[in-house]
Amino acid sequence: MQIVNRSGTSTKQIILIRFIAILAAIVVSSIFIGFLGYNPFTVYQNMLKGSLGSTIRFRATLLEMIPLVVTSLGILIAFKMKFWNIGGEGQILMGAFAASFVALRIDGIPDFLMLPLIFLAGFLMGGLWALIPAYFKARFGANETIMTLMLNYIALQFITYLQFGPWRDPKAMGFPKIANFPDSALLPKLFGIHIGLIISILLVVVVTWFMRNTKKGFEIAVVGESFATARYAGMNVSQVILFAMLLSGGLCGITGVIQTSGVNKTLTMNISSGYGFSAIITTWLSGLKAPMVLLVSFLFAILLQGGSYIQSALQIPQSAADVLQGMILFCILGSEFFVRYKIRFRKKEHPNNGGVSP
Amino acid sequence: MNRPVYVEMKNICKTFGVIRANRNINLSVTEGEIHALLGENGAGKSTLVNMISGIYTPDSGSIAIHGKPVRIHSPRHAIELGIGMIHQHFKLVDVLSAAENILLAEEGPPLLFRKKATEKIRKVMEKYEMEMDLSKKIEEMAVSEKQNVEILKVLYRGAKILILDEPTAVLTPQETDKLFGILRNLVKKGCAVIIITHKLNEVMAISDRVTVLRQGESVCTLETKNTNIRQLTELMVGKPVDLSIVRCPAEKGKLLLSVHHLSALGEHGVRVLDDISFDLYEGEILGVAGVAGSGQKEICETISGLYPVEKGEILFQGENIVGLTPREIIKRGISMSFIPEDRLGMGLVASMDMIDNMLLKEYVNQPGVSVDRRFAREKAVRVRDRLDIQTPGIGTPIRKLSGGNIQKVLLGREIDAKPSLLITAYPVRGLDIGASYNIYDLLQEQKQKGVGVLYIGEDLDVLLELCDRIMVLCNGKVTGITDSRCITKEGLGLLMAGESITALTEEVTPCKL
Repeated sequence: MQIVNRSGTSTKQIILIRFIAILAAIVVSSIFIGFLGYNPFTVYQNMLKGSLGSTIRFRATLLEMIPLVVTSLGILIAFKMKFWNIGGEGQILMGAFAASFVALRIDGIPDFLMLPLIFLAGFLMGGLWALIPAYFKARFGANETIMTLMLNYIALQFITYLQFGPWRDPKAMGFPKIANFPDSALLPKLFGIHIGLIISILLVVVVTWFMRNTKKGFEIAVVGESFATARYAGMNVSQVILFAMLLSGGLCGITGVIQTSGVNKTLTMNISSGYGFSAIITTWLSGLKAPMVLLVSFLFAILLQGGSYIQSALQIPQSAADVLQGMILFCILGSEFFVRYKIRFRKKEHPNNGGVSP
Repeated sequence: MNRPVYVEMKNICKTFGVIRANRNINLSVTEGEIHALLGENGAGKSTLVNMISGIYTPDSGSIAIHGKPVRIHSPRHAIELGIGMIHQHFKLVDVLSAAENILLAEEGPPLLFRKKATEKIRKVMEKYEMEMDLSKKIEEMAVSEKQNVEILKVLYRGAKILILDEPTAVLTPQETDKLFGILRNLVKKGCAVIIITHKLNEVMAISDRVTVLRQGESVCTLETKNTNIRQLTELMVGKPVDLSIVRCPAEKGKLLLSVHHLSALGEHGVRVLDDISFDLYEGEILGVAGVAGSGQKEICETISGLYPVEKGEILFQGENIVGLTPREIIKRGISMSFIPEDRLGMGLVASMDMIDNMLLKEYVNQPGVSVDRRFAREKAVRVRDRLDIQTPGIGTPIRKLSGGNIQKVLLGREIDAKPSLLITAYPVRGLDIGASYNIYDLLQEQKQKGVGVLYIGEDLDVLLELCDRIMVLCNGKVTGITDSRCITKEGLGLLMAGESITALTEEVTPCKL
């Protein structure tokens, strides 16, 4: 068996590969569901029903989509530069922290200023958190993958410390939680969904425009392609890296703001709930195209929401629902391999097939 | 000629995606012959030999080695069949000695029976009359010595069929002669050698037979002694080509660039540029010759502000530009264009289209935060039409273009900026003959407009014909600067090997200046 580089994959082949991947995902999952003793078709039906079946469920799916979209946009900017930011979790947490600091710890902010201020604070704090690895990358060439990953844990432990320590709400009757946001710091709702939805769609438009039509967006794309080309064209590579990561982390920070102010109404250590990692998948599947982020995030949200619905509807254990999600993702992400390589099988040849000397 | 046939390839086809790299290729190599594979870039030479050496397998067609039909499924299998490939980029471990490198590939317990094995290497060396210091470390070796280690390595493994991929690209003319001597010895002792090249005079000098490939097909196989350079070129290109470069006269203008005692450090503090001084005038082409890696890249990059200068000055129209960043150089209105060696890694962005690649150099001069692609689009159209660039459209990512067209995009963009200094590093590398002569014409056109051109080249014949003056580098030092009419190719070779110009005899420098 041999793995061979595909030198040219036509669009038709790519579509076929993706289609087979989805088919494989359904088949493999069906077998798994069958083993658990359920009818796979009932399960799939329930997943769709649970994510799209009613207005409330549809809203719940959109609520899952919003943080995915915003975080993916942040990750997208970094990935476009081939800066592997896997620190979305930490940046979300730190953005949420800054928003909470403004909402809970600063007195005398007029109501109309509250929301703009918490967004600004969340953006800056998320950005600053991403600037740390960006600085070390630009200055010393440090590995950003390791650094962004490790900063996640620092952020997580920091928020945990706040929740169980200095920021613990004395009025919560011994329960380790941080006080709720004042009403002025809560996102208003429109059609039953907080305006994070509108913000996320606006951000898709802005990021699309930014990457396509601004000098900075152009510079980020060039730096991602080659440092040497960027330097040759007169760009200040370090400055571009720092700027891009401020935006990338900042957008993740905004996710933190939306989740605290729109969903949880307070800061908790679970605020990021894995969006920083899931967004890596959605960003990658979007092909680093901002408009596609919206579609991919929506489909991913169906998977998340449908997965949690079948838990309650069919009493499928949560771990089984997670395995299901994992298998679907495995097939789809795994198909990317076949877009780039093909596997060649060959019969074992007899050792005496072909002489050594005449 | 009734010598046994070592390699027989019949109707070989190989397709990559939609590209048909090889179509019905026939090749037969016999014992005791040096067989040249000649063809332009993309003609399918590498694909073909990669199928002999087990890297690819053909889609259809048959290969017979020593008369037996085989399916070569891996490089290891190829070695077992007595096929040895010597790649352009050597695969040697720097910190080990020659003997250790040769024994590394040995199966079984490594390096255990070194004495016995070394004895075996010596026997091989004796047989093929090769000379080498087996205990010398690779890192202390010159390029040609490393190449010999590679050759010895495959011979030691029992190779009877040797394939060399563009072996002379990294050698001086003198080293090339030595290599050819070794190859002749090999075939005398019963080996067969396949040599890939696109240098016609080398084909004439070394090969017994030559197979010409064009666009993935084998055009014909000729006895070298029955052909000539003109015929080979026509077969290779598919139409008659005028191979002479007529140096156009141009008024040598004012002093444009003056480099004084320039030094620069490379990795590990090695001096890659050592006290370089030269002048470049308007309306002249100054050629730079030297073995690859003699400091050519660093000269270009220090002048363009991309490589740190240790000491010395670079005066552009009298102004010292040492220490300025590329952007500062642009901002000062210094009109300098640099065509780097690494086109897709430095000069252009491979995944972007022509429009965005035009934008690369001019976006910074646009007002506001957004980029305006209108001018870039116009420029892309202009460059495409002027240089006759073959592309599906200006919106196609340039990595999908052929090498020659990619180079034209880069050159076209830089020329369109109307520079007064044009620095070109290996501008025809990887280009076919037609495209190369196109580029030479473009450079001469620039020269006639009064542009000063610094031309880093590798083909000495071209350097002699195209350039007004030639500067020769060896190990980061200038070994000579001379009028190109006043030196022969051999003279350049001696300078490239480190001889000083004052030590050259009159035979190689017809008119000393």
